[in-house]
Amino acid sequence: MMDKSQFPIPNSQINLSKNLSTIVFIVAIFIAITTLLSFGVLNPYWIQIIQFAGIMTISALGLNLIYGYTGQFSLGHAAFYGLGAYSSSLITKTLHNLGFASFIIGLIVAIVLVAIIALLIGLPILRLKSDYLGIATLGFGIIVKVLFDNADAVIPAMGGSRGMLGIPKFTVFPLTYLFVIAATIVIRNFVFSDIGRACISIREDDIAAESVGVDTTKYKTMGFVFGSVFAGVAGVLYAHLYSFLHPSNFDFLKSIDVLLIVVLGGLGSISGTIIAAITWTFLLEGLRVILPPQILDWRLVIYPLVLIIVMLIRPMGIGSGMEFRFLRTQNDYTDKKK
Amino acid sequence: MKIFYIIYSMSYFLQQLINGLQLGFVYALIALGYTMVYGIVRLINFAHGDVFMVGAYLGFYALSLYHLPFPFAILFAMTGCAVIGITIEKMAYRPLRNAPRISALITAMGVSLFLEYFTSLKFVFGPNYLAYPTPFKVCTYQIGGVCVSNVQILVFSVAIILLVLLQFIVQKTKTGIAMRAVSYDKDTAKLMGINVDFITSFTFGLGSALAGAGGVLYGIAYPQIYPFMGIMPGLKAFVAAVLGGIGSIPGAMIGALIMGTVETMCSAYISSTMRDAIAFSILIIVLLVKPTGIMGKMETEKV
Repeated sequence: MMDKSQFPIPNSQINLSKNLSTIVFIVAIFIAITTLLSFGVLNPYWIQIIQFAGIMTISALGLNLIYGYTGQFSLGHAAFYGLGAYSSSLITKTLHNLGFASFIIGLIVAIVLVAIIALLIGLPILRLKSDYLGIATLGFGIIVKVLFDNADAVIPAMGGSRGMLGIPKFTVFPLTYLFVIAATIVIRNFVFSDIGRACISIREDDIAAESVGVDTTKYKTMGFVFGSVFAGVAGVLYAHLYSFLHPSNFDFLKSIDVLLIVVLGGLGSISGTIIAAITWTFLLEGLRVILPPQILDWRLVIYPLVLIIVMLIRPMGIGSGMEFRFLRTQNDYTDKKK
Repeated sequence: MKIFYIIYSMSYFLQQLINGLQLGFVYALIALGYTMVYGIVRLINFAHGDVFMVGAYLGFYALSLYHLPFPFAILFAMTGCAVIGITIEKMAYRPLRNAPRISALITAMGVSLFLEYFTSLKFVFGPNYLAYPTPFKVCTYQIGGVCVSNVQILVFSVAIILLVLLQFIVQKTKTGIAMRAVSYDKDTAKLMGINVDFITSFTFGLGSALAGAGGVLYGIAYPQIYPFMGIMPGLKAFVAAVLGGIGSIPGAMIGALIMGTVETMCSAYISSTMRDAIAFSILIIVLLVKPTGIMGKMETEKV
């Protein structure tokens, strides 16, 4: 840990009690959605989509920490997402008598497991840089997916390529909402802590960071482990939302989806990531509703076109360089254009 | 006991080696496109695997619909892919040349998804698996206990001809010298009067044409095609390019042959379901031991 007096950060942590308008805003959204739900305006299908948007937000916030803030290119995010999902589901399925307590145990086990694996993988491969790191993490993601495919040979309950069935449904809207809020605050406070500043300095220039005494290996690994844990938590929620897991839900393309969200949202922007995750989910689902059935096949043709056009118009992402007011600090250095 | 006999028998090993090299040569044709494009614009062209898929389909239509003879079918696929590659470069990548590299990478992924889902539409290629036609009767020859089919001979010969041709273009022609110059130092190349835009387009066209040829050969050797067939071979060819040292043409060939052989040997001796895991574990190990790949050159870091 760096000496705090060396890098003073005034008013850097979010203090919700001083931020009344933010609390009102958070509660208002929650009440609005639950009201719409109880009056039947939103059917169960849509509430599932809303929750999925929340899960993608949590996962994308994790990748934003790894790539957007620490600058470590990762193409294997879905592996940690899957590890969280499978490990917690194994716990909740075996301990189903305990009710919600099993979910808590599953969550903790998933977090610990993902953190350990991320540490073991991160320590060696984070020595690699940019594209090479991307390829190594991509390889890790594919290895994990193949292991999921063949897991039933060792643990029959995991179902292998047939999929894992009958996971108890614990993920409800208030829970997901709580997790999204918590994840946002934790990421925000992490980024503006001294650890976060060290991570940002590595992204800006790792050699320069090292020359002023930042232990780059330590902070790179820290960012990687922390971001991966977010993916793991998202996986836990995902598993207990759909109650069915299949290895194809955690393949290479799922890592790409999260990367798309982070880049579209703008690297190193929490607000951008949240907006992009929600827009991405609703774009994909909304096209399903808007498009007439004859051209429903076009849904996944339109989506990459939108992606390409957004990138051509705004190569830095939609939310790059901006942040919601409550996520900022007094002297916000991420806010300024370089 | 029979199993042990098979495992230790030499001819079984040689047989698998030939199968592996067959796959390796197809990977080599794809990997060269990755490595050349990376050398010139420093971009992982994720859409390359899908250009390979389009090549396979173009070959399919040339063979089964228009009944073209094989050499014309492969030329048709190569031309079509070259046009697609150049179009992608002009429309999607050129506007982003001065943007952050990640933007171009995301665009490449977008192009990849677009090609996959657009070609899945019913009026394009359709979402179904198609059986690939063989332009000639398949027969196998026994050479010292090892079976070699004429398909394998075809794959080997076409791939080797194309690789030699590519070496000739890159090493001997004026365009090839310009390509190497641009890949070495783009700004200096521009000062020497090289048309960098043309060279970039040319490289995309050349790489895509090779991928198209690879697609046709893949279709004939493993006769089943579908719009998502490009993802895995594309990734593996890319891994092969990295293994050999991305940016290096001989490296890509060697990496691809290693990748194909390792993959086939894994399915033959260990487990066919685990072969991807083993192939990618080798990749990670190679990257950790020699991060620039087998033939890659160290780039000095500038502070």
